[in-house]
This record gives sequence, C-alpha cells and structure tokens, in this order.
Amino acid sequence: MPQIRLERMVKRYGAVEVLHGIDLEMQDNEFTVLVGPSGCGKSTTLRMIAGLEDVSSGEIYVDGKPVKHLEPKDRDLAMVFQDYALYPHMNVAQNISFALRLQKRPKSEIDAKVRDVAGMVGLTDFLGRKPGALSGGQRQRVAMARALAKDSGIFLFDEPLSNLDAKLRGQMRAELALMSQRVEKNMIYVTHDQIEAMTLADRIVVMHGGYIQQQGTPEELFKRPVNKFVAGFLGMPPMNFLDGRIEDKGGALFVTGDGFSLRLSPEKAAIARMAQNPDVILGIRPSDLSYAPEAAPETALTLKVMVSEYIGAQSVLMCQCGGQSVTVEMNSETPMALGETLQFEANAARIHLFDKTSEQAI
Amino acid sequence: MLTSRLNRLSPYMFMAPAAVIMAIALIYPLGYMIWGSFRDWDPSQTIGEAEFVGLKNYITLWGDPNFHESLGVTLRFAFICVIVEMIIGVGLALLLDRDIRGMSLLRTMFILPMMIAPVVVGLMWRYMYHPTVGTFNRTLEWLGLPDVDWLGQHALMSVIIADIWQWTPFIFILSLAALQSLPRSALEAARIDGATAWQQILYIKLPLMMPVLIVTALLRLIDAFKVLEVILVLTEGGPGLSTEILALRISRTATEFRELGVAAAMSNYLLILLMLLTVAMIGFTKWQEARAAKLRMANEEDS
Repeated sequence: MPQIRLERMVKRYGAVEVLHGIDLEMQDNEFTVLVGPSGCGKSTTLRMIAGLEDVSSGEIYVDGKPVKHLEPKDRDLAMVFQDYALYPHMNVAQNISFALRLQKRPKSEIDAKVRDVAGMVGLTDFLGRKPGALSGGQRQRVAMARALAKDSGIFLFDEPLSNLDAKLRGQMRAELALMSQRVEKNMIYVTHDQIEAMTLADRIVVMHGGYIQQQGTPEELFKRPVNKFVAGFLGMPPMNFLDGRIEDKGGALFVTGDGFSLRLSPEKAAIARMAQNPDVILGIRPSDLSYAPEAAPETALTLKVMVSEYIGAQSVLMCQCGGQSVTVEMNSETPMALGETLQFEANAARIHLFDKTSEQAI
Repeated sequence: MLTSRLNRLSPYMFMAPAAVIMAIALIYPLGYMIWGSFRDWDPSQTIGEAEFVGLKNYITLWGDPNFHESLGVTLRFAFICVIVEMIIGVGLALLLDRDIRGMSLLRTMFILPMMIAPVVVGLMWRYMYHPTVGTFNRTLEWLGLPDVDWLGQHALMSVIIADIWQWTPFIFILSLAALQSLPRSALEAARIDGATAWQQILYIKLPLMMPVLIVTALLRLIDAFKVLEVILVLTEGGPGLSTEILALRISRTATEFRELGVAAAMSNYLLILLMLLTVAMIGFTKWQEARAAKLRMANEEDS
C-alpha cells in the first residue's frame, strides 16, 4: 500500500494563506486521523490529497512520485464524504459499481465485487434501493461500500460520521475500526471529534490555525501534549488550566496560584528549574483529581463544588478554585453536597506545565 | 353569531374580485368561443342570429388540407424550436457553469433576448433578413458567398432561427439554476470514481437535471404552440402557407375569411392540444411527488 508524503504544502485562497507549509508522512497501512477545530485546515489538507483542491505550493508524493498535477481519478484513492455524496438517481448496486463500470471491467467481475463489499457492510438486502429510500446509517454504508469496491490503496474519510445521531455514530465507529483492521489500506480520516480520533487512529495529527500542532499515537498525545492547545483539545472533559507561578520554597519547587500551591515531583521540578519564565499554566485532567479529605495541602487543590453533572457511573463536578473554574471527574457513589469546599488530590506524575506566553509544554 | 359567519366568509370576500375578473376575462370568452364554434357565424351577426350547425365546423376542419398544413407547420415549428433550444440552452449552461472572470456579465447578456418584446424581435429579424440591405446577406456578400432568400425559400427555417435566438436563454437560465443546485459532493465523488468531464455530464449531471429539463421543455412547447407576433411581423404566414402556424391561421380565418365559427373551432383544437401537454406536465410532477412519497414511506418502514 502506498506511502504518502506531504512536503511544505501550502494553500492560499487569494491573499489568505490557510495552510502554512504542512509536512507530513503517512506510512504503509496506517490509520492517520487529522483532527482539529473547524477552520483548522484539516479538510482542506484531505481535499488537496484527493486532488479536489489545488496545491498552492509544495508537493504531495505517493510512493515517492509527485502527484500534485494529477487528476483525482489518477491518484489511486477512494473517498467517503460527510454528506455521503451518493448518486441519487442510481440504486445501491449502481452506486457501488460506478467506478468499476467506468473502468469497463467485465460484468461478472463487477457483480461479484458488488456482492462482496455489500456483504461486508451488510447491504445485501438493499442493492435495488435508491439512496432516497435508505436511512442515514445505510447511506453511510453505501458510501463506504462504494469506496471499498474501488480497490484503491488510499482511503480518505471526510468527517464520515458527523451526520449520524450519537448512537449510530458509536456503532459505525466500531465497525470502521473493525474494517480498518481487515482491509490493508492507507487510511486518512478527518474529524473534529476527538473521541473518533482517539479510538480509530494509529496516529493522530492535531491541527490548529493551518499548522500541525503535534502528531503521534493517541497515547503519546494524551500523555505528553507539546502545547496547551493539544492538551486542551484531546480528552473529555477537557483538561483544567490554572494560572500559576513557579516558586522555590526551601529547596522544593511549588506551583502557586490563586487559591492553590502544589509541590512538584522531583522529576517535574528538575525540568521546571530550567524554565526561563516563572509564569506558567498548570494543566491537570479532571480524571487526575481525586477526592481525598486527608491529603496533605501541598498535594491537593481545595475546591468549592458549584455544579454536579450526573452522567451515570461518573459525575462531573464544576468547581471553583480561587477565581478560576476546575472540573473534576469522580465516581458518582461518593457523597457530595453542592456548595461544600473539599480537598482533591492531584496526581503529581500527571501534572502538565505550560509556559504562560508561548503556551508550549515545559 | 353574525361575526363568526362574517369571519368564515372573509376568505371568499378577499377572493371574490379575482374570481369576478377570472369569470369575465377567461371563463366568459371561453364559453362564448365554445358556443360559437357550433355555429355558422359571420362577424356582422350577433351570436344569437347565427345558425346552429352542430359539429360541422369541426368536421370541415378535420378534412381541410389547409388546416392540416397549418397544424403540420405548427408541430414542426414547435418541436424543432424546442429540441434545438434544449440542446443549445443545456449545452451553454454546462459550458458556463464555472467561475470565470466576467461570467456574471456574460450570463446577463445571454438572457437579454428574452427580455425584448416579441414584436420588436420580429422587426429586428425582418431587417436582418432583408434580401438586399439585411445584415445576413450583406455579410454573406462581403464573404463572397451567395445570397440566401431567408424569408422566401427558407421562411420556416428563418422564423425558427429567430425563435431559437429569443427563447434559448429561457432554457439556459433554468438549466443553469438546475446545475448549480446539484449536490457538489456527488460530482466530486464522481471525479474520484474516475469519471471524465464528459462522463460526469452524461451519467451524473444530465440525469439529475432531468426533472427540471422535462418541465422546462413542456413549458416551452406549450409556449411555442401559441407563438404569433414574431411570425406575424416576419412573414405574415407566407410565402404561401409555409409559415402559417395555427395562431396565425385562426386570426386570419376570423378577420379575413370572416368565419368566426370555424376560427372558434380551430381555437378549440389548439386548446385541446395544449391541454394534453399541460395534463402531461401536471401528470409528470404528480408522478414525481408520488414517487418521492413512496420513497419516504419505504424509508419510514425500515427505521
């Protein structure tokens, strides 16, 4: 399966530059997810790989060959669109076989292929239906089957699940994960949903403002975000950020801010000592805070519980720490009264520090 | 009690003026025409004085070679015009459905002919077709080519060209609107599936535009059957009967031959023809709606 490489890829609309020199390499058989908020350039990047948008400067290589000047049909790729993009006047079988019929493949081969992929996505009973007579999930399957039938090495997904309702989205996500294990293709998937990114990706590429912020495995990005944006974007509920200052108290380093003062672990302290700017942002995930009434004050945050959102086994608490808000994720069984001021221990190993001005991780 | 009754009546009160105008301007003349078509009626008589002849006018027309000729001219004119207009109009729309500098100006220019009054169009083309001083023949002369007897030997072709010039824009703007409302992503999917520009037109664009195109063609056909002014100004139906379309023959039968009854019967034949087309059009849209409803039903049964 082909290897894709983007080299200093730039997209300009008139004078406005929306992608600022993207460098990216996608390996054989890899499921790459481009994720970011709307307007970050992820869909544009995908559409440029597909050949639906011109490349303003830079180059795209597939297996070492430049493909920038090629038409979409000559790039060996298949694509699934957000709005499915089915041909409304053709039935399911005709939709799936359109590319094969254009290639003038023999009829017996086409029929076999259609049966094969329709079986894969569970559409065998619907081959004679027009897209208008299918539900959203079924249409999405047709789009998937159509892309599968093409037998191309690169598989592009442009937010394929965002038009589905939450339950169906979860189900399709699981099916997609299963499919990506079965078919050996180089897949590139665009989404704004960080859960889809985390669950599906071999590699996540986080984009923001036309730049790649960070790329790596989901675990790498979750545990070691390189800046505040990536830290805040991945993970649900999002990471808490508190303004603070690094202070030396009798040899030990503390992060002190409005209503808290946390002692840093020796490893963190060694890194923090090298920071030039003492003004920092403390980052801590809601799941890394735990209710601990007896914890030592230098390892815990004292929070006033304002709102509790019950979501089943877990509850999300919206709390106040000085003038800043903090969310905490905790077991719903823990008795809790609104308005109480409680102590929550912070997992010292999972504290993140970001430079206040550059917002880069320290 | 009274107010509630008044309230219930108020919609009818609002509709009444329109209904009265309809009755005076449409239903009364229509009834008059149908009534008159059963009589041997001269313009000097009132309708009451005219002799009742039953279906005689209709039967006479049925066997009248001049009427057949006129009907043939009308059918030829309408179908050739609409077919050529559809091909050129849709073709132009497919060509101009893109972002090029100055495209909006170009589009506006294309629809100008449609905005000109038919009589003016007729006069304009009559000057252009003039055998000695007309634009066409002078251009041909300048190119060293032989003259063409536009409104003489090739009269029907000439009026067809004028009609095409005037009404192609109508089809052009409707096709362009249809094209621009096509789902963009389906066309992108077709590009990725490997369709060339020509295959996109053939397999995706035209089939998806078809409902609009069918209605447009029927509308144009209905219109083409009733055309009068341009031909009246250009040829007055001549030479001979070569461009005498039905509308023109009706008016001449009434004014020159002074046979109001026959003219009325002829109008009714034309009306029946147009009704058939209209019914076909309504039937087509009904069929489409029914199909859409059936699709929705099937959809709901599944989910």
